[in-house]
Amino acid sequence: MDKSSKSTTSSLYERAIRERWIGKGLLALISILAVGYISFNAKDSPSLFVQQLVNGLQIGFVYALIALGYTMVYGIVKLINFAHGDVFMVGAFVSFYAIDRYELHTWPSKVIPGIPPLLSLLIGIITTILLTMAVCAILAIAIERFAYKPLRDAPRISALITAIGVSFFLEYFGALQFVFTPNFITYKGPFTTTTWYINNGIHRLEAGTAPPDNSVLFSNILIIIIVVSLLLLAILQFIVRRTKIGKAMRATAFDKPTARLMGINVDSIISVTFAIGAALAGAGGILYATAYHQVVFFMGIMPGLKAFISAVLGGIGSIPGALVGALILCQAEVLSAGYISTPMRDAVAFTILILVLLVRPTGIFGEPEREKA
Amino acid sequence: MKLPQRSTMIFFGAYILITVLVQALISFGILNAFWSTLLRLGAVYAIVSLGLNLIYGFNGQFSLGQWGFYAIGAYVAADMTFRWTQQGSASGLVILLLVVLLVGVSFLGVSWVLKRIPGLDPLSAFALYLVGVFAAAFLAIMLGRVLIDPASSILKSMPDALATQIVFFLAVLIAGVFAAEVSYLFGLPILTLGSDYFGIATLGFTIIVKVLLDNSDTMLGFEEMKGARGMIGIPKIGSWLWVAIFLLVVLIVTRNLLQSSHGRAIVSVREDELAAKAMGIDVANQKIITFVIGSLFAGLAGALYAHINGFLHPNTFNFIKSFDPMIIIVFGGLGSVSGTLVVSFIWILVLEGLLRQVLPEGFETWRFVVYPLLLLIMMLLRPKGLMGGTELPYLRQILPPLRKKEAKPEEVAKAGGD
Amino acid sequence: MLDQQVKLESASSPSGTQKPIVLDIQGLNKNFGGLRAVKDFDQTIWKGDLAGLIGPNGAGKTTVFNLITGLYTVTSGKIIFKDTDLVGIQPFEITRMGIASTFQNIRLFPNLSVLDNVRIAYHPHAGYNFFDSVLHTQRYQGMEKELTEKAQDFLSVFNLQDRQGETARNLPYGEQRRLEIARALAAEPELLLLDEPAAGMNPREVAGLMELIHFIRERFNLTILLIEHQMRVVMGVCEHITVMDFGEVIARGNPEEIQNNPTVIEAYLGRGAAALSQRLSEKRSNVA
Repeated sequence: MDKSSKSTTSSLYERAIRERWIGKGLLALISILAVGYISFNAKDSPSLFVQQLVNGLQIGFVYALIALGYTMVYGIVKLINFAHGDVFMVGAFVSFYAIDRYELHTWPSKVIPGIPPLLSLLIGIITTILLTMAVCAILAIAIERFAYKPLRDAPRISALITAIGVSFFLEYFGALQFVFTPNFITYKGPFTTTTWYINNGIHRLEAGTAPPDNSVLFSNILIIIIVVSLLLLAILQFIVRRTKIGKAMRATAFDKPTARLMGINVDSIISVTFAIGAALAGAGGILYATAYHQVVFFMGIMPGLKAFISAVLGGIGSIPGALVGALILCQAEVLSAGYISTPMRDAVAFTILILVLLVRPTGIFGEPEREKA
Repeated sequence: MKLPQRSTMIFFGAYILITVLVQALISFGILNAFWSTLLRLGAVYAIVSLGLNLIYGFNGQFSLGQWGFYAIGAYVAADMTFRWTQQGSASGLVILLLVVLLVGVSFLGVSWVLKRIPGLDPLSAFALYLVGVFAAAFLAIMLGRVLIDPASSILKSMPDALATQIVFFLAVLIAGVFAAEVSYLFGLPILTLGSDYFGIATLGFTIIVKVLLDNSDTMLGFEEMKGARGMIGIPKIGSWLWVAIFLLVVLIVTRNLLQSSHGRAIVSVREDELAAKAMGIDVANQKIITFVIGSLFAGLAGALYAHINGFLHPNTFNFIKSFDPMIIIVFGGLGSVSGTLVVSFIWILVLEGLLRQVLPEGFETWRFVVYPLLLLIMMLLRPKGLMGGTELPYLRQILPPLRKKEAKPEEVAKAGGD
Repeated sequence: MLDQQVKLESASSPSGTQKPIVLDIQGLNKNFGGLRAVKDFDQTIWKGDLAGLIGPNGAGKTTVFNLITGLYTVTSGKIIFKDTDLVGIQPFEITRMGIASTFQNIRLFPNLSVLDNVRIAYHPHAGYNFFDSVLHTQRYQGMEKELTEKAQDFLSVFNLQDRQGETARNLPYGEQRRLEIARALAAEPELLLLDEPAAGMNPREVAGLMELIHFIRERFNLTILLIEHQMRVVMGVCEHITVMDFGEVIARGNPEEIQNNPTVIEAYLGRGAAALSQRLSEKRSNVA
């Protein structure tokens, strides 16, 4: 090809094709419309806009915890675990029983008299969270052993359908009258919420009073969610990057047969991965229930799917990706719920999914794979 | 003209016989409305599932989008007949007919243009198609406004019942093609993704459709659809006869297609995509064609469903129910047309019919425990499905007899005979 | 990696007559991220050649095949087939242009019958369109019958006609390989790429395969390029051979030249063996 003899218009045309201008133009158009629409509405009430962002942050971290389970399991067995969202639901329910029904979080003050109430609360809650995470982990291990493991060599569709079956089963079994009720259950929570509002500085909101106009509200729940999530994430990152088990997990995800040849007990590692993912989802369940004071048997479906989208957005198989993806997705959701309409947020979430799959299927932190034809 | 094969004649004979028999039972009141509805619903589910079987069982593409196209077909057809029967207006019919025709033309046009731009990425191609669709739709609406009155008067000049039947028939066809066109637009970029991501994207599609339907009166501006409250007033003219005819056509088309070279090409994509490419098969094209046909069937089924039920509610189309056709084709045996056919009817008759009689209370909640249990049992015990690898004779591809040819001795020897 | 590149010119124009060039690869490069799998690969193949591509495992031979058939994207270079550069063309189009290939691990359509595996090869030239299929028109019936008879005749050439109804994955290994080759040939190619066709075969089967390769070249007027590890096949079948190592060409020549080429021996067996071979051939020439 003799470039010098080509006219500038035809090489411009070639560039347009190679660098996908038309497609990028479409994306640019959509982004401009979205941003424009939001800014237009946000302009009227900036505090409302910031409030949305704060709300999005709160749910974003919870979704991140769920997304981690999806991303880790997919990375290691290439299965989209449809039942994962229901593990989240189980976590919420377990904590409901523990806290609302049996008040397990008060055990320190019952066992050790004279313990300062704040310390008792702290220890009680931490142990409850750990208990919930343990229950979820055990559940996940059981599911893996009984439903997924037998189908590990079967075509992927069988495992997928089984996952769907397990998911349905968990949801509707819980809905049967004699286990739980199919209705929404209010959840008191282990402590009272303290709310602050930002309006010329941070002030505490007294119970029974209304905040002044144009203030942004947040509660101690938000702080707790962020702290707990970041803590769990840090622990996870430590496990995956710095421990032998983490190395084994990464090896198995990379190349299972070779990992086996290296002496790694692949079955155990897979169970461990499921367990960790489930534990995180369970923690997410408690946090969610504490924040929104409601549990219901089908609460796991949508968060599960949204968490999956977050994982894809961030790059499936990538741990930081799960967090980033979840935060971005939740912001988008919350903004569409606020400025368009509440049902639309589902449509927006899935549209984002489709756009990600079209533009960069490996996600934000994934590597693009363009080797084969 | 050659006399058709024996198995063909048996099949057709049996089908016609059963159709007439059922119709007689209905007309004489032996089968009450409940059972008649179940049978028709079974046939509708058969059509949807056959479409999915084509896409997944035969072409190997795991799609959860079938239900979304089912929904689209239902609402689109319902809108047309609603406007005719309730408002005396052929507006829905005319405009949608024009939309469907002009969008089809735009697809042809854009693909002609794209052939001259090799190497364009999927997203950009999609953008071009989108532009074409908008242009076509706009044109269709402009043109349609003009043609509504003449069309209405033509229809009004006929006897009422005949006009309604004509509108119904056209509505079903148009709805099917509409669903097929949406599937083409959606499928083009999405089918380039790998199998897992394709499945999730189609799931997303179904969810988006449902959300749009929930907002059909507010956001999309179709007040008669009444959004999340459900659309009522659809004429219940989805009779057994119509349903049986459509099912027969779908069966014939499926069977003919699968027994031809195109059918083999479709299946080769499932068997080994790489090898198929190496054999000169345009895999991407095969996938999209199969996807479009499967969605066409889903649209037809939805349209029929709307007219059996008389009302539509977006909850019917939520994505959880989208697993129904998937479960049906797996139970029946992926890649088995007969299996899908049989299991569709069993599914409806047993689950909606018998189970409802046997467990009247608590049925609603228990069945969602029964479904997944059945599913898990089936997956673990008989993964090949009910009918595994067998088919009814007419539907099965029969291998042709060997030609009586004398193989030349030296060729046989040289061909490295074992 | 290796400093010497031994090019034996006599190998490149067999029998001296001017035959048309079927495939001309120039400066072919393929990078997988940082890994240079194929470096500056050149190859010319004339009509009717039986050419071989050999080298140790990981040398890049299958990669070259995949670049030719379009399954991998070319990083740089040209692949000229009958005056057209194949770079950037879709795999299925390349096949339709006249290049067919078989795979290292047999890739039949496992659940389809033997006959169907072959019939699929005829799909691009089936002679009827979509609507004919759906409506089972006269044209469909006529063309389908023709197509089927053609396929059956084809199978009988390979002695597989009695197996036409068998599911492909139930065939014994040797027959599967034969079917794969038959299927590739049904696409009526001019150039056939065979990737390790003798893999997994016992000596008797290998002998049969070698006969088969000669037979199909004659019968179907083919040009064949072959990757193989079994030296018996390479030396017994190929007329000229290209040797690769670490993605580069390290030697070319006819079988005899390659067998005695120290660079080639070193690549396969190491420096010690090459030195040994050198001393042995010196001894031989001393004795003679």
